[in-house]
Amino acid sequence: MNVDDSWYLLLGALLFTIGAYGLLVRRNPLVMFMCIELMLNAVNLTFVTFSRMLNDIGGQVVVFFVLVVAAAEVVVGLGILVSILRRRPSANVDDISALKG
Amino acid sequence: MDVLVFFIAAAIVLTGAMGVVMARNPVHAALMLVMTLFGIAVLFVLQEAHFLAAVQVVVYAGAIVVLFLFVIMLLGVDVAEDVTVEPLVGQRTAALVISMGTLGLLSALVIRAAQLSLGMPSGTQPLDGEGGNLVQLARVLFTDYLFAFEATSVLLVIAVVGAVVLSNRTSSGASQ
Repeated sequence: MNVDDSWYLLLGALLFTIGAYGLLVRRNPLVMFMCIELMLNAVNLTFVTFSRMLNDIGGQVVVFFVLVVAAAEVVVGLGILVSILRRRPSANVDDISALKG
Repeated sequence: MDVLVFFIAAAIVLTGAMGVVMARNPVHAALMLVMTLFGIAVLFVLQEAHFLAAVQVVVYAGAIVVLFLFVIMLLGVDVAEDVTVEPLVGQRTAALVISMGTLGLLSALVIRAAQLSLGMPSGTQPLDGEGGNLVQLARVLFTDYLFAFEATSVLLVIAVVGAVVLSNRTSSGASQ
């Protein structure tokens, strides 16, 4: 029995769904960021699978760019988070409902 | 053999993902995230994307998760969150329904797309060309995607400058 291509795609869909559910449910901004990373990884897995299925290196190049953008996104996101949480030390996004500092 | 590796890696990935969502302590969630990322790296190796597997371990599991742990420790928010209380009534149920809908649509989409696109000619370069995975990736990256590659360097510089500006307490205090 060989590994079917659709198994990878279904695993990617499942991983994306778990990440989306976590993003909707969790209240800790750091954990929400981690859920975004889960979703990005699900997309990466799908890209690599399609790259192999279609015999095209382009999918892997896109994954490379996704990695770079994810790194930049985490740096800026955590920077914003640090500067917010310094003023109001609570690990709950519901407390950050007002734009006024 | 491949099937066995796939199922073990898939189990690791899904367990880690569930752990991220369920873990009450953010430190545990970060460690579960490492588990998921390693599982994904194994799946990359299984699909012969060797360079991406290495980058996945170095950049994601190495740099990004360590950054997460640094921020958790720096802010001291490693207190357990009470996940049993639902802050908004019916929110979890609604989230579950939306997630299941997403799962159904995504599954149908990827399977259908796989059926439709199979056998289409390669847009950039074929995977089974000359050279290893790294040589092929580099050749495409520095020819077809050169502009995008340079743009990411600008993006990284902007991210570094942004992070420095955001975390610089004294200058932001002085400007106010």
